Amino acid sequence: MTKKDKYQKVAYYPGCALEGTGHSYNRSTKAVGKKLGLDLVEVKNWNCCGAMEVKNIDPKIQTYLSSRVMSVAANEMDMDVVMAPCNGCYHNLKKAEYDLKNDEDSVAVVDKLSKKAGHKTYESGQVETIHALDWIKETIGEDGLRERVKNSLQGIKIANYYGCMYTRPRHIFPEKDQGPGSESTSKPHFMDDLLAAAGAENVEFPLKTACCGGAHTLSDSDTSTKLVLNILKAAKLAGAEVIATECPTCHSGLEMHQIRAAEVFGEKVEIKILYFTQLLGLALGLKPRKVGVHENVSDSMGFLKEKGLA
Amino acid sequence: MRSFDELEATIGALQADPDASAAALSLLRISEEVLEHWVTARGQEPTMEEREGFRLLALHRQGATKEPSFNACRETCREIVYHYNLLHLQPDHEETTDRVEMMKMISSHLLLFVSGKMQVAELGEFCCSSKPIRLNSNNDSEVNREP
Repeated sequence: MTKKDKYQKVAYYPGCALEGTGHSYNRSTKAVGKKLGLDLVEVKNWNCCGAMEVKNIDPKIQTYLSSRVMSVAANEMDMDVVMAPCNGCYHNLKKAEYDLKNDEDSVAVVDKLSKKAGHKTYESGQVETIHALDWIKETIGEDGLRERVKNSLQGIKIANYYGCMYTRPRHIFPEKDQGPGSESTSKPHFMDDLLAAAGAENVEFPLKTACCGGAHTLSDSDTSTKLVLNILKAAKLAGAEVIATECPTCHSGLEMHQIRAAEVFGEKVEIKILYFTQLLGLALGLKPRKVGVHENVSDSMGFLKEKGLA
Repeated sequence: MRSFDELEATIGALQADPDASAAALSLLRISEEVLEHWVTARGQEPTMEEREGFRLLALHRQGATKEPSFNACRETCREIVYHYNLLHLQPDHEETTDRVEMMKMISSHLLLFVSGKMQVAELGEFCCSSKPIRLNSNNDSEVNREP
């Protein structure tokens, strides 16, 4: 079965962030999926992927938590693909997959906890975890998008920001760096490809995988703000009007620290921040509310109206 | 070695005029110094070797050994090298001023990332699954310590 066919119906794992600060990402992902005729079936009774906090206390508990999500999808829903739009969730499920394939101790811990929790133990290879970018790229692709675009993003200059967890560490993403057609870990381009197909002009953005300071935001807010400020200014210098995101942590970090940079450092950078799914949704003819533009912290409505997208 | 504050101030003061190539070299050297701080703090002698013609890339490799979270600045280092090449090979290009400005931002990003990791103990532990990957897989999980 080709990926195009395999990804038509996937188990959807939104994760915690998409029910909170990243709600507009959740809304726009579902809306775009529906518009494209793709089937999302939410993972039943899903749990936290282990995020960052659990992982740093006991990494094998994180492996278990992520494995439970995959176990539910495979054993209780009979699904073979899990789609996670959040970079943190996507990364953690991929890492759990890697650990369960390569580390006997992880397998033992996951088995013990799964039995204790009363569900089937996830076995490596039962599901394939993909990102929202893989999902749209492989099912619809650039040609399919071009055919479906109703409001071209033509004239909008975009800096595509992927953040750090989408491509790192390399070894948990064996499908990447496999030559033409595959994603690159050093110069990711799937978001660029999709938005270009929707008419946007992507700018050359050297900080596309640089650290957003997301994990430092509470322990050292000033460093986080300065890192974000650099990203915003670099995108602006590159000629972008919009930074497109595909990670709720990066997205909210950019939005929050954009405000903080103005308040604390007196540096106001005028650039819009939108999820790539929001931009695709608008290009496909969806209304701004349908893709949650009103739920973003930063206000992009004036800009979208100016561009004929609202 | 100059302090991080001195390096940050030097980056801020650099100008494309009159010599963009010289500015690019200064930024490359500053970035090397940033990584020297990191390597030295880990009890090692900063390498004088080069990778792909650049000491910066060799220093990054040295700094990332057994420290996967340091790979979060791998592409940043490569972008610094790329911009150095642009400015060194095309010093009179019409976009030279913007290129210097961009290289300043990328160098500044490296400095902020590294100084942030060094300033606050364990800052960056969350990055790139660094801790679990560094942990020996034989390390006992809490689960196995249950009575």
